[in-house]
Amino acid sequence: MEPESGAWSPYLVGLLIGLLSMATFYFSNKPLSVSTAYARLAGMIGNLFSRGHTESLKYYQDTKPKIEWGVMLVFGMFLGAFIAAVTGGEITAEWVPSLWEDRFGPDVALRLGIAFVGGAITAYGARLAGGCTSGHGISGALQLSVSSWVALTCFFIGAVATANLLYRL
Amino acid sequence: MSAMTTPSNPSPDSAPPVLVIPAQTHEKNDTYDPGKPDSARQLVLGLLFGVVFGFLLQKGGVAKYEVLMGQFFLTDFTVIKIMLTAIIVGMLGIFMLRVLGLVELHVKPTRYAANIAGGLLFGIGLGLLGYCPGTGIAALGQGNYDAIAGILGLMAGSYFYAETSGSLGSSIQKIGNRGLIMLPDLLGMRLAVFLAVFVPLLLLGLYVVGQLSP
Repeated sequence: MEPESGAWSPYLVGLLIGLLSMATFYFSNKPLSVSTAYARLAGMIGNLFSRGHTESLKYYQDTKPKIEWGVMLVFGMFLGAFIAAVTGGEITAEWVPSLWEDRFGPDVALRLGIAFVGGAITAYGARLAGGCTSGHGISGALQLSVSSWVALTCFFIGAVATANLLYRL
Repeated sequence: MSAMTTPSNPSPDSAPPVLVIPAQTHEKNDTYDPGKPDSARQLVLGLLFGVVFGFLLQKGGVAKYEVLMGQFFLTDFTVIKIMLTAIIVGMLGIFMLRVLGLVELHVKPTRYAANIAGGLLFGIGLGLLGYCPGTGIAALGQGNYDAIAGILGLMAGSYFYAETSGSLGSSIQKIGNRGLIMLPDLLGMRLAVFLAVFVPLLLLGLYVVGQLSP
């Protein structure tokens, strides 16, 4: 029996996320999805530097860089995770995860550099695929979108290969 | 049973009229017009739903780098247990609400080449970052400061995608473009029949995962 990875049972958490998903469809007419919010925030920053250029991009003509439901969702997620970690005594306050440190050492710059590059590839992939672990992996999959099951399978193949190359070579 | 017809029927005149009922019975909001700003009510709801989502991700343990990576090493199945359970509950719930005319579906378009290439890229990035876009913000909330670099990377990658979006739209996005298809369409099955087979299969999968990795 392995130790619990989370404070709560994964089945309970999954059940509650499923119910939350129903609530967002019913009350907001929107599926849970996260990655687009980062694109909107990036577009807002782009607007600060060159509004004309940002507005000329096809993606930002379809997806307006502004604070909307999905961006508020992401702000809320930060708050919710903070509340959960504080009340559960699980605040980590660390720059380098322990598993990473065991493998690559305590160099903060290395971890941040790889995290930045990883984040950039993740976001590019999410936009190309049309969603992330939430939008495709949960919301799209539960609506039986063919694209979501294809994307979710590819997420997994890519991540399993990369993680094992990083840690097992 | 027309309520159980999937919304991908290619012939518009055979589309069941029930598809428009949810738009009338459901409270009218601004999701149909991407140019119009969300109402204050929607913004507050988004924030509240986010608080719940972030809280649950943290309690589930998936905001931890080690738990997400453990899933990819196939040593920790927390991520799959949470996702499969959420998918099963949400699937039953949302198709039930839809039959009652209380919600609309938001099926994502299928573009095979983009879904596969983007999906693989996403996976590679995920293996490097160790957080997904959702669990990354939750990781930051619990004090994993390396998620800051990840989030900046997510924004940079999104902007770079926007830079390339014009040419992608006329190339890879067109390959294998099938529109809003659903799994039962692939098999030529009715939605209700498909669910009656698929949901027990997912439950069996969840049971097997639980047995292999208690």
